[in-house]
Amino acid sequence: MYSFEPTEEQKIIISAARKLALKEFRDRMRDADETGRHHPSWVEAGWELGLLPASIPERYGGFGDHSAMTWVLAAEELAWGDMTAALVLTAPNLVALPILYCGTEEQKTEFLPVYCTDRYAHGSAALMEPHFGFNPYELKTTAHRNNGSYVLTGLKCNVPFAAESEWLLVYASLDGQSQAFLVSKDSPGLSIGEREPNMGINALPLYSVELKECSIPATQRLGGDAGCDFALLHNSSRVALSALAVGVARAAYEYALEYAKQRKAFGEAIAQRQSIAFTLAEMAIEIDAARMLVWEAAWRLDQGRDATKEAQYAMNFTGDMALMVADRAVQILGGYGYVRDHPVELWLRNARGCGVLEGIAIV
Amino acid sequence: MISFENSRAIRQRQDYAETIARERIRPQARYYDEYDHEHELPWDFVNFMWQVARKDLESLHPGKSFPDEPFMLLIHVNEMIAWGDIGFYMCLPWPALGGSAIKATGTEEQKEHLKEKFQADSPTWTSMALTESHCGSDSSAIRTTAVRDGDSWVLNGEKLFVTTAKTSMLDSDGLMVVWATTDPSKRASAIKPFLVDAKNPGVKITKLEKKLGLRASDTAVVILEDCRIPLKNILGGMESTGFKGAMATFDAARPSVAAAGLGVARATLDLLKEHLDLNGIRIRYGVPRNLLTSIERDIIDMEAQLRAAWLLVVRAAWLIDRHRPNTIESSMCKVKAGEVVTKITQKGVELMGPLGYSRRLLFEKWMRDGKIIDVFEGTGQINRLVIARRILGYSSRELK
Repeated sequence: MYSFEPTEEQKIIISAARKLALKEFRDRMRDADETGRHHPSWVEAGWELGLLPASIPERYGGFGDHSAMTWVLAAEELAWGDMTAALVLTAPNLVALPILYCGTEEQKTEFLPVYCTDRYAHGSAALMEPHFGFNPYELKTTAHRNNGSYVLTGLKCNVPFAAESEWLLVYASLDGQSQAFLVSKDSPGLSIGEREPNMGINALPLYSVELKECSIPATQRLGGDAGCDFALLHNSSRVALSALAVGVARAAYEYALEYAKQRKAFGEAIAQRQSIAFTLAEMAIEIDAARMLVWEAAWRLDQGRDATKEAQYAMNFTGDMALMVADRAVQILGGYGYVRDHPVELWLRNARGCGVLEGIAIV
Repeated sequence: MISFENSRAIRQRQDYAETIARERIRPQARYYDEYDHEHELPWDFVNFMWQVARKDLESLHPGKSFPDEPFMLLIHVNEMIAWGDIGFYMCLPWPALGGSAIKATGTEEQKEHLKEKFQADSPTWTSMALTESHCGSDSSAIRTTAVRDGDSWVLNGEKLFVTTAKTSMLDSDGLMVVWATTDPSKRASAIKPFLVDAKNPGVKITKLEKKLGLRASDTAVVILEDCRIPLKNILGGMESTGFKGAMATFDAARPSVAAAGLGVARATLDLLKEHLDLNGIRIRYGVPRNLLTSIERDIIDMEAQLRAAWLLVVRAAWLIDRHRPNTIESSMCKVKAGEVVTKITQKGVELMGPLGYSRRLLFEKWMRDGKIIDVFEGTGQINRLVIARRILGYSSRELK
């Protein structure tokens, strides 16, 4: 039977995430965006939510079971506060969840407890590559087996926390298949480049990473000799970005709605004109429609069913939707929408990232 | 717990409806669309639905009710029948909009009357007469009058765009719900619904509209001329909730027609994909959007739009079955479905080129049929207004 009712536990998480988003993210997002530095409270107060440890079973140091649905519910709220803050707070997922999904027992035992302490531990994954025609299923970064090692070569971009993390999960093509490899920061042949300059999400430290004949033990291939189900990880990543897109859009929509009720023109609130009111109504419809797609894709991930189509639907739809909603929010504020005193221009810049930045989040 | 698994009971009935759509509806869809056959009723289909199928598709049977999720069943059946053909869907002998109004706001006696009509041996329809030539969306401006005369009401006026008016009044012993004002000096508060039986004198069907699509279904002009009905035929009794009742009826009707519209959209996409398949064109999923071919992009985007719209319909149905407020969600799914079916069916013609434009295939028909979803049961604009007022907290005075 269909249901659109989150569990009681999920409702508590939603409400806690919203409080955090309002208290810690909203007031600090502008400063973070201008300085390019995230606020320490984002990870300190954020980590107290316990989202990641609650996704990891007890035997690996956590206290719960993973649910993509719970993650998307939380992610929407976090991104409603600030998408960059949400990406910062959930960056540890980039290592922890692929290991949870596809890791060997040894990998789980070694890595998961790191993410179950009461302190935020950095995580990083390198999927994107800086060339036209980037395709996660046809990576230019290659891995080849050499006795007891894998040797990785290639160029990666937009790698979150590459400089801060002990380990990077690097995606590379092995015999034509995308696979993932746990690369220690100290591995010879790995070099972390400059911070990436982007249009938005400026407070998330993203780096370029180069791998030159970077050799790692064969045991560090995600999933060992059996490898990993890359499509599963890719789908899960798309669902994560989609959930963030819904959050950003909701923030922009709510702000534009309040503004339109306050702003007077020709003797009445501009929201009393159909051109503005209908614009807002359409924004509301698209946000709800997008959320349905995100939920269904997350539900399929939790059911262990293939979610390739649903994840693509969610990614395409939410990417367009977030951009449309944020753009209209700017439009509704007019000149005020274009200046940095109001947050809508920031949301427009962040929203554009949602349909584009594959692999910077995962649920 | 959030779940996207449909119940087994509904899936079974959906499968049955699919068989009907595939075998009894789709092969006849073109015939009833041609000018020469406009307003012909597909009697073999209608009789089959009345005598055989509706017992198994409880959603169409007023005497039966699918216990847990009647509305969820209804949208699934609607979608599937309309996937076969939406003109046939419009011809279904079932309580429809008029029946919903009676079920929602009628007295016990009136509900019993409706039930009896639908237990007859031959197919029966109900219709609803609200719109007039000078007012559609602004239904509080209607001019048809109901004047009390002793133990009767006397109705006078002209009604437009009455769906299945002919089938309910002339082809069967059905019912019509007629909206009229009991006091033209007042607006909404004086507007009440009245039940008019098929055999009642004073009802004339003067014109069957020739339409862009939905040609199997009659849409008629109805003239009420000193139409005298018993006093008790005011729907809901003398304390009738009237206009507000009508609006509540629309809350449930919107997801219902949205579902049918999305059946048309899915029919288009399904046939489109069949043709692509025949031509060796494969759609790749999982690939970044900027690397997809134009046709892959179109198909995937249409699928995503269709799925999103459908899930909005499912959500509204879920609320209705749980008797939770659903006005905004119902309007949302109606707006989205109207837009999606319009775009998908128009795109279907484009992608198929000359084959899409040809009356030999059904793409062009679906485009003509699909457009109605954004027009009836509250236009896209009216539904945007409903949503906008709710999200802004505005009255109809504050947001016109």
